[in-house]
Amino acid sequence: MIEVENLRKCYGPTVAVDSISFSVQPREVLGFLGPNGAGKSTTMKVLTGYLLPDGGAARVGGVDVTENPIEARRKIGYLPENAPLYLEMNVLEYLGFICDVRRIPGSERRPRLEEAIAVCGLEEMLKKDIGDLSKGYRQRVGLAQALIHGPEVLVLDEPTNGLDPNQIVEIRNLIRQLGKEKTVILSTHILPEVTATCSRVVIIAGGKIVGTGTTEDLARQAMSEELVDLSVKGPTAEVAERLRQLPKVKDVRRKEDRPDGSVRFLVALERSPDNGERLFRLVVQSNWILTELRREEASLEDVFKRLTVQQGGASA
Amino acid sequence: MSGVWTVFRKEFRLYFNSPIAYILLALFTAFCAWWFFFFTPFFIIDQAETRYLFGVLPFVFLFLVPAVAMRLWAEEKKLGTIELLLTLPLRDGEIVLGKYLAALAFLAVALALTFTIPVSVAWLGDPDMGPIWGSYVGSLLLAGAYLAIGSFASAITRDQIIAFVVGLSCCTALYLVGIAASNSGILPASISHFLAFLGLSTHFESISRGVIDTRDVIYYLSVISFFLYLTALVLRRVRKG
Repeated sequence: MIEVENLRKCYGPTVAVDSISFSVQPREVLGFLGPNGAGKSTTMKVLTGYLLPDGGAARVGGVDVTENPIEARRKIGYLPENAPLYLEMNVLEYLGFICDVRRIPGSERRPRLEEAIAVCGLEEMLKKDIGDLSKGYRQRVGLAQALIHGPEVLVLDEPTNGLDPNQIVEIRNLIRQLGKEKTVILSTHILPEVTATCSRVVIIAGGKIVGTGTTEDLARQAMSEELVDLSVKGPTAEVAERLRQLPKVKDVRRKEDRPDGSVRFLVALERSPDNGERLFRLVVQSNWILTELRREEASLEDVFKRLTVQQGGASA
Repeated sequence: MSGVWTVFRKEFRLYFNSPIAYILLALFTAFCAWWFFFFTPFFIIDQAETRYLFGVLPFVFLFLVPAVAMRLWAEEKKLGTIELLLTLPLRDGEIVLGKYLAALAFLAVALALTFTIPVSVAWLGDPDMGPIWGSYVGSLLLAGAYLAIGSFASAITRDQIIAFVVGLSCCTALYLVGIAASNSGILPASISHFLAFLGLSTHFESISRGVIDTRDVIYYLSVISFFLYLTALVLRRVRKG
């Protein structure tokens, strides 16, 4: 449904998107994940036909966005970052304008409007000026705008940005529901959002794709390493040193001093079934006291951090 | 072309959704009436004619038109709605033209409100309505030329005040270049003629007397097309990022 090939976009000398390629299948919700300034929004802006690419191509439903921009834009519903809206219009006027632009014929107008309004929960706000609406309602108006013509593809740039926790849950449910019939790309820098709404993830950092796969794939990627949360009573410096010398240990970080006099460490190790055992034995043989030993479940957050931080460091 | 009409309706409605529009209209109408009846020798000359009204319009427009034009693009850029507008299935040309025509329609409303003056004059005496109609058409053309410049000025910034100042400066420069050229006396005749031709003022003289010359009309339409084209180029640059 969406194909992006070697897409490149520069702002002056800055390369915002560096030859990225990916595709999205029909009825897939793709999460575009990355830190701020990674190139998520830029990619979306090219995809929706706001910006012209400096290289490569993007196709929506087989239509090239630069060669046939009007046709491509018809297929897309777009919620730009921060949901920009005409503050001096009321909700109904605004949606009416969108219906005009989208050339929704008179007979279909009412049902389409009613559906979009109901889906986004805007019934009470129709006559209010958009400028008087809260951030959450503005986001919903932006979403209604993107939905009203029944597009095959939805592009949502940080759709839950600035919403309160209840609204976030609502919008996520809505997106998941929409993903059953449409192709959705959403961008976010919030990890739980991806696990909550997306079937597949593209992680982007420094304008490049640094990871891609289903949420499970990425978690599995994280599994090659494991984290052990270890609390030990003993000479702190020596404990840290001995832990570091242990085979397969990649990193030891001192986390905190605990009230019982022990020190909490986070130990990163290569995955191995005897990691716990070896740590335990080290502590016992050194005559320290073990107050806690807990294996941390590798989270998507770990993958995300490692992928994006490494990339950022390498490109800097 | 239906895109032009859609954009036109949205823009025209937006004008009247904001109180500034009504303030501008009231100020403009009040100023024109006040000027015409209290500041010109209209009652002294004792002739039923309205040329003083049309004589002052180029100066009033210098302020009114950039004020009307300043929000056209700068506001969209500030609110970020430009991104929305440029990702809707509309051609850039349709957006440029729709916005321009909406602002022009707003100026036509402003001009129409001054019609109370010829009506008053007709009540006092018996003016020749032919030249009056002609002057109205010419004034709209002049406003249109200023407006195209103002549209360009608004497109290059996100700040309405800057848009206003740039628009005002460009319009003033283009207006004065004709007057300055014909009065300088230092420039060679060919150059001063050329500059006079470029100036907006030169082309308004006959119009203010109610005579519509095809050359003037072509001149105004060229200025309008040129600056609307520049506006479209600015949009193209926005898309380049």
